Amino acid sequence: MARLLTSVAILGATATAAMAQVSDDVVKIGILNDQSGVYADFGGTYSYQAALMAVEDFGGTVLDMPIEVVTADHQNKPDVASNIARQWYDTEQVDAIMELTTSSVALAVQALSAEADKITMTTGAATTELTGAQCTANGFHWAYDTHALAVGTGGALVEQGGDSWFFLTADYAFGYSLEEQTGAYVTANGGEVLGSVRHPLSSNDFSSFLLQAQASGAKVIGLANAGLDTQNAIKSAAEFGIVQGGQRLAALLFTLAEVHGLGAEAAQGLTLTESFYWNRTDESREFAQRFFERTQAMPNMVHAGTYSAVTQYLKAIQAAGTDATAAVSELLHTLPVDDVFSQGGTVGANGRLITDVYLLEVKAPADITTDWDYFNVLATIPGSEAFIDPAESGCALVAAN
Amino acid sequence: MTMIFGVPMAALMGQLLIGLINGSFYALLSLGLAVIFGLLRVINFAHGAQYMLGAFVALLLLTWTGVNYWIALILAPLIVGTFGALVERTMLSRLYKLDHLYGLLFTFGLALTIEGTFRYFFGSSGQPYPTPPALAGGVNLGFMFLPIYRGWVIVASLAVCIAVWLLIEKTKLGSYLRAATENPVLVQSFGVNVPLLLTLTYALGASLAAFAGVLAAPIYQVSPLMGTNIIIVVFAVVVVGGMGSILGAIVTGYLLGIAEGLTKVFYPEASNTVIFVIMAIVLILRPAGLFGKDV
Repeated sequence: MARLLTSVAILGATATAAMAQVSDDVVKIGILNDQSGVYADFGGTYSYQAALMAVEDFGGTVLDMPIEVVTADHQNKPDVASNIARQWYDTEQVDAIMELTTSSVALAVQALSAEADKITMTTGAATTELTGAQCTANGFHWAYDTHALAVGTGGALVEQGGDSWFFLTADYAFGYSLEEQTGAYVTANGGEVLGSVRHPLSSNDFSSFLLQAQASGAKVIGLANAGLDTQNAIKSAAEFGIVQGGQRLAALLFTLAEVHGLGAEAAQGLTLTESFYWNRTDESREFAQRFFERTQAMPNMVHAGTYSAVTQYLKAIQAAGTDATAAVSELLHTLPVDDVFSQGGTVGANGRLITDVYLLEVKAPADITTDWDYFNVLATIPGSEAFIDPAESGCALVAAN
Repeated sequence: MTMIFGVPMAALMGQLLIGLINGSFYALLSLGLAVIFGLLRVINFAHGAQYMLGAFVALLLLTWTGVNYWIALILAPLIVGTFGALVERTMLSRLYKLDHLYGLLFTFGLALTIEGTFRYFFGSSGQPYPTPPALAGGVNLGFMFLPIYRGWVIVASLAVCIAVWLLIEKTKLGSYLRAATENPVLVQSFGVNVPLLLTLTYALGASLAAFAGVLAAPIYQVSPLMGTNIIIVVFAVVVVGGMGSILGAIVTGYLLGIAEGLTKVFYPEASNTVIFVIMAIVLILRPAGLFGKDV
C-alpha cells in the first residue's frame, strides 16, 4: 500500500547567516502514526495538522532556520515504522520523531532512535514501558499512559463500588500494560480481578468475548483495547443486554474522537480519562476552534498532546541555541511545560511528562448543547497521582541521576 | 452444571450460537465470492469494499432521506449491484482474456480506492446505525440472551443463501450461467447473450455483499474499514469450501463461523488465526477444497 509521505515546508525564510547550530539548516520533525487503520481518528492526520499548527504558532522558524514537518503512515506495524524511521534519519535529515500511536511501534522506534541519537516524543502510544524498563535518554512520553488511565477510570469505578473486574484485552503490548496496571490498581484498592480474555487487534466480533465476561459475574467489564475495537465492544454490550443486566463497562482508552464516532446515544454514561478536554477553559476552546477550522474535528488528548510536544521541542531548541540532540534533550527534561495542553507540567528523568489528567463522563444526548460537547469533567487528577513516580518507574536512568 | 473441557455447557451453547451468527456473514460473503469466481474466474478483492458500501448506502439513505432499514435492505443491494454492473461493463470485462492476476489486481485497487475515499469523507471511526425498532430487544434462551436482531441475521442469511443456490442450480437462467462458464463460445452460438450474463453475475455477487453489509450495519460500527477486517477471512472460507463451489461456500461459511466461535472460548488469542490453520490443513489434505471437484 502506498505510503503517504507528504512534506510541507513552512515559511521558507531565506535565512542565511546561521549564527546558531542547526544541522542541515532546517529543523525537521516527523509525525509517524496510523493514518489508515483503526487508530486513524485517534491520532492520524489530525496529529499532523496539530503539529503544523504548533509550527505556525511558533512563527515558522526557530533560530532563524525553517521548520519542516513530514508525516507517514506506519500501518501499526513496528517493522514498517522502523524502516520509515531509519530512512528519515539516514537520508532525510529528520531530527525528531513524534506521535507514534501503537505501543509496539513506539517501543521499536524509541529504541532505534536511541541508537541513532535522535529524539522521540510519543503522544499516541500508551505503554508505561516507554518510560519504565525500556526508557531511553532521548525518549519522551507526552500525552498520557496506561497508568494514568488505570488511576483515572479504574479508580473512579472502584470508588463507586465496582470492585470485581473482568478484562477484554487487546492482544499486544498496550493491552497487557493497560490490563496489568488497571488490575493492580483495582486489587490495591480492595477489589478483585475475576479473569480476562485476550482478543486479536481488529476483531470483527466481540459477542463471544462479552458472553464470557457476562458469565464471570464481574461488576465491571474493563475494555483494555482502543479505537474501533472498543466501539464495537460497546455496541455489542448494549445489544446483548450486558449493561441492562447490571454490569458496567469501563472503556479504558477512549477519547473524544471515538465517542463522536459511536454517538452520544450509545456512549452516554461511559466514564473515561483524557489529559485534555477542549471545552474546559477559554484557552482550550480557542485552540480547539482553530483546530476545528482546519480539520472539521475537535482535538482529543493525542492531537493536543502532539501540539504541545512540537511546541516544547521548538522551545527547547530555541533555549539551547542548537538542535543537537544532547542539548535539546537536557532542556526538554528541565524546561517547565506551559501551553494549552499542560499547565505547569514537569518532565521526569525517565522522560515522562507529569501533567493533570481529567476524569470525564459522556453526557446524555439531551444534555449536549453544542456540537462535540460530549463530556462532563468529573474530577481533575493531579499529575503526581496519575503518573508513576519517576523514581519508581523502573527506568535505569533515574537511578543513574 | 455440566462441564465440557472445563467450560460450562451453557456457555458452550452460547458460543456455538454466536459462531453460527458470524458464520451467517461468512456464508453470505463467501457465496458472493464463489458465484463470481465460479462464473467469471475473477478473484473479487473488492468484495469487502462492496460489503462496506452496502452498510454505508443504508446509513446514508437513513440520514439523508430517512429511508428505513427494511427498504434499505432491498435498495442498498440494488444500488451496489448497479455500481457493480457498471464496473464490470466498463472495466472488469476488458480483463477476462488476460491472466487471472489482472482481475485480482484490478479489484484490489478498486477496493483500496473505495475505502480510501470513504475514509477521507467519514474518518476511520465510522458512524452508528440504529437497530430497527421491530427487531430491538432480545429473548432469554436459558443458556444465553439472544438479541432478536442476531436471530434475524441467521434467518435472513439462510434464506438468501438457499434462494441463490436454487437460482443457480435449479433454474433455466442458472443453467445458462453454468453452461456459459463451461463453454462461452458454444453458449453464445445458441443465441444466449453471454456478456450480459457475466455482467448480471458480477452484479449479483456485489449485491450479495451489500446485503450482508446492510445486515451488519446495526451490529457493527459502520466504518470504511469494516470490509478489510472480514474479507481475508472470507477468502479463506472460499478456499476451504473449494473455489467456485456454491454449496461449499455456504456450508463452510457456517462451519468456520462455529470453529472460530469455539476457539474464542478455548484459546481466544488464536481466534483470528484458526481459520487459516484450517485452510492450511485442508489445502494439504484436499487441495481442491472440501466441496471442490478434483482438478
